[in-house]
Amino acid sequence: MQSLTEKSPLGTFLEHMKKGELAYQVTDDGKAIFYPRAVAPETGGNLEWRVSKGLGTVYTTTAVHYKGEAPLNVALIDMDEGFRLMSRVEDIAAMDVKIGMRVTFRAHPGDEKQAPYPVFTPVERSK
Amino acid sequence: MSGLTKGSVAVVGAAESDLGLVAPNTSPVDLMAQGTMRALDDAGLKLSEVDAVFAAATQSRFAPMALSEYLRIKPRYFDGTIIGGSSFMTHVAHAQAAIEHGLCEVAVIAYGSTQRSVSRAAASPREYNYYESPYRPILPISAYAMAAARHMHEFGTTREDLAEVAVAARKWALKNPKAWEKEPLTVEDVLNARMVSYPFTVRDCCLVVDGGGAIVLTSAARAKSLRKKPVYVLGVGEALSHSTISNMPDLTVTAASESGPRAFGMAKLKPSDVDMLSLYDAFTITPILFLEDLGFCPKGEGGRFVSGGAIAPGGKLPVNTSGGGLSYCHPGMYGLLVMIEAIRQVRGECGERQVPNCEVALAHGNGGVLSSQCTVIFGSASTL
Repeated sequence: MQSLTEKSPLGTFLEHMKKGELAYQVTDDGKAIFYPRAVAPETGGNLEWRVSKGLGTVYTTTAVHYKGEAPLNVALIDMDEGFRLMSRVEDIAAMDVKIGMRVTFRAHPGDEKQAPYPVFTPVERSK
Repeated sequence: MSGLTKGSVAVVGAAESDLGLVAPNTSPVDLMAQGTMRALDDAGLKLSEVDAVFAAATQSRFAPMALSEYLRIKPRYFDGTIIGGSSFMTHVAHAQAAIEHGLCEVAVIAYGSTQRSVSRAAASPREYNYYESPYRPILPISAYAMAAARHMHEFGTTREDLAEVAVAARKWALKNPKAWEKEPLTVEDVLNARMVSYPFTVRDCCLVVDGGGAIVLTSAARAKSLRKKPVYVLGVGEALSHSTISNMPDLTVTAASESGPRAFGMAKLKPSDVDMLSLYDAFTITPILFLEDLGFCPKGEGGRFVSGGAIAPGGKLPVNTSGGGLSYCHPGMYGLLVMIEAIRQVRGECGERQVPNCEVALAHGNGGVLSSQCTVIFGSASTL
């Protein structure tokens, strides 16, 4: 089992994110796991890190309305490798993000308060 | 597998605290204590007879201790399980287990919140989560909105179907003098209200008000000698499926599909035996999901089921006769009040909104972001 005194699951994820990589884990029997963990869910076994190819499909989506801001997209993305994460589809109006839309990963750089994090853009537009 | 016994315990007291907007500097524990004394008066029991305290509140981290200190009682059994709005249904199940095992005899289950007075952000601060917080969802609203969006996509549920839930709740609320909302509401009003998180406008979302209350449980044997007609616990079921919305396996299927059959199994009843439903309506999508998952209509049919006023006064199935979290009261963890309405319907105390011959009432609690699901089935003596 991974030691938690040297590196945390999120710490490893962020190292990948800083290199522009979307990392996830797989169990001994090849099941994709997200969010990153210290032990495998269901079995308690080992987890191995992988880097996603970055392609996924919008599972569901909402447009959040904050006062004085353009509507903000929040979506759940099903990655082709078989894991799901919350994210945002950018380069498109929030209400134009549709369930079933194919999207591709990019790293949002974050800022001094926020570590980099994964966002997505529509596959069609990014061609 | 042995489990709890149908009808071994009964609710003998039930009462809300003051609701709506309470005086400045009222504490959540003030409301819990007020609700407790009203519920004990309702039962004809004295504070000194209470030997178990179950409590949960987002503003009181160690709620059973806070309430016991306030009332200067020393319970021999206590439980502060906090899993969101369904916490109190879980407390009923846990209290029943404790009473059956002789660990206590008179259990108070209490709740209080001043979220309207102090703001929702102050009453229920959210934990930072790297995997969700950067995207700025308005939680819990956006989580339920994404469940609704998926339901619309898979099953053709419409925003009008969602609005029907809010309209039905408002029609019931107009028959409840304690309800916060006093004006009629139409489907158009819901659709045209301020958008919060698509597909939800502010009228698809529960109220943000102060409130609380308490119920008192005791053994069936003790219940017979008390002031009010006992309302028996016929069945309980608890289930968890996830904590964060990004980890909910299927956003159109809740763990009510597990808690419901557990409660019905214990009660030896089926959905068609239920006379009224009290379903946690934090958002307009939740009663639709629970009607499906508890077996009142097939999966995917919930939107069509509620259309045409089917759950409103005069409809085919009475749901949320208090006016619900959408129009009566929603102090943040509304499950206790969900049960109080079901209990009152079985007692026949609901006046203008009373469901005729209500012998079996189902109260379903939801917590987190569709995360915890707990079902309690209440019944009159004739159902034992």
